[in-house]
Amino acid sequence: MAEKLATREAYGSALVELAEKCDFVVLDADLAEATKTIKFKKACPERFFDCGIAEGNMMSVAAGIATTGKTVFASSFAMFAAGRAFEQVRNSIGYPHLNVKIGATHAGITVGEDGATHQCNEDIALMRTIPGMTIVNPSDAVEARAAVEAALTTDGPFYLRFGRFAVPVINDTPDYKFELGKGVCVADGKDVTIVATGLMVSLALEAKELLAEDGIDARIINIHTIKPIDKDILAKAAEETGALVTAEEHNIIGGLGAAVTEAICESCPVPVIRVGMNDTYGHSGTVPALLEAYGLTPAKIAEAAKKAISMKK
Amino acid sequence: MEQNKLQALREAARQIRIGIIKSTNAAKSGHPGGSLSIADILAYLYFEEMNIDPANPAMPERDRFVLSKGHCAPGLYSALANRGYFPVEELTTLRKIGARLQGHPDMTLTPGVDMSAGSLGLGISSAAGMALAGKIDGKDYRVYTIVGDGESEEGQVWEACMFASHYQLDNLCVIIDWNGLQIDGPVTEVMNPTPHDKKLEAFGFHVISIDGHDFEQIEAAFNEAKTVKGKPTAIVAKTVKGKGVSFMENKVNWHGAAPNDEQCDAALAELNA
Repeated sequence: MAEKLATREAYGSALVELAEKCDFVVLDADLAEATKTIKFKKACPERFFDCGIAEGNMMSVAAGIATTGKTVFASSFAMFAAGRAFEQVRNSIGYPHLNVKIGATHAGITVGEDGATHQCNEDIALMRTIPGMTIVNPSDAVEARAAVEAALTTDGPFYLRFGRFAVPVINDTPDYKFELGKGVCVADGKDVTIVATGLMVSLALEAKELLAEDGIDARIINIHTIKPIDKDILAKAAEETGALVTAEEHNIIGGLGAAVTEAICESCPVPVIRVGMNDTYGHSGTVPALLEAYGLTPAKIAEAAKKAISMKK
Repeated sequence: MEQNKLQALREAARQIRIGIIKSTNAAKSGHPGGSLSIADILAYLYFEEMNIDPANPAMPERDRFVLSKGHCAPGLYSALANRGYFPVEELTTLRKIGARLQGHPDMTLTPGVDMSAGSLGLGISSAAGMALAGKIDGKDYRVYTIVGDGESEEGQVWEACMFASHYQLDNLCVIIDWNGLQIDGPVTEVMNPTPHDKKLEAFGFHVISIDGHDFEQIEAAFNEAKTVKGKPTAIVAKTVKGKGVSFMENKVNWHGAAPNDEQCDAALAELNA
């Protein structure tokens, strides 16, 4: 398997790399070591401000700074950035459509041993309901770096979802190009489409191998931009493969699965099986044990794909 | 203070109050009580204190104002209209579909509104953010924000105070509108946030306590605030909810109720007397 790197590491590095291009400011809420904004703090201390353990205040402060024309990155764990500070993100940042880029790390259950209180499986659902919010959930470190650059060059509020856990680098190809709002067909197939986001993309690629053993040809689509979602690539997949599976490290309510079903039920309704956190809280444990326990595995994705195929009319 | 200056400020405050009554009457809803309590402070800020230009609301060097107690938007809108940001006649479009004057301030719609606010506790944080941005850029603009006394029950107000103090935002001036009443009753009975002065001092503020309807005291407080270095200033302004309209004064039911036509006429008669 390829090199492994956590997307949060790429976030911190990207902030440093892009610091010269744009005069942005970075805020954190006492988690700089974990969110990796520490890298920016070391490189540009005069543009880094710790807000202490007060995430709601941080988001409204970020909005205030943004009114003066600056772009602001505001970082914390997803649970606190999207959960604790939801209302500040909605009212201070979203409503006036300000240039605040939320760098939310430690999303999903791959937080691991810290357990359910810190494993945010709801952030995509929360952020999706904010009008004008762009949401990107990168599949690896390469995509994470590109997403940070896209956030800087896109007007308005932006939610970047990063993970704690080191995941395989799958996009380090010379021709890799990040297009905001465009799904990526990472592997073609005709029998079923697995629409995945974040670390589930590499697991979906493994599921494709499993399905191939049974003679099933699965298409794999990486949806890095959850909002605005690429309706065209989804409609095409539904039309051409007739069945979909969604795979996400998030509650199956409100996340990618919801976004995909909402999109295709208005274009080309076909069976969709959602793989993700099945409306449950997480648990303490190692990441591999958690992924196994909650069914976020290639085997479960493959099983869902077979079920979706069986439901084709 | 010179007599003609005092007269001009009183006239500005009177016009602001007239706008509050007319706009909430036209809207048939809104928050006149807390708008009237801050009318004198708004008059001083918009007609004397702040470096602003109604012809150029986005002037980068301008002083900024955030109405953290955003439900008192009728007061802010009336100050802005009377200062020339938009026609005074527009005040009667308050809260109507398609209007620029939302129930709570919207910076994307209304000329002169520096920050969308009104969900309580959020505006003071944004004001602190603006002040920090001024420090980062080495600009000498000042940032003013009015926080309600009831609003100070929100924990975020104190998070913002901690932040402003920590980053030594001496370009930030927080005004507490201590009118003593909130929706459910007297502030000290609902959830007592006092003493504001001692709490704010403990949070690292330079604190000035004044009568929020006395222009001499208001002027002295804002002048003193500008001399303070290394820490933010808080002005705890004792005010009267509904100030200027006798039947609204110190009556909690005027927190969020609009005057009907008869009450509007009576209020305007008092303000025009």
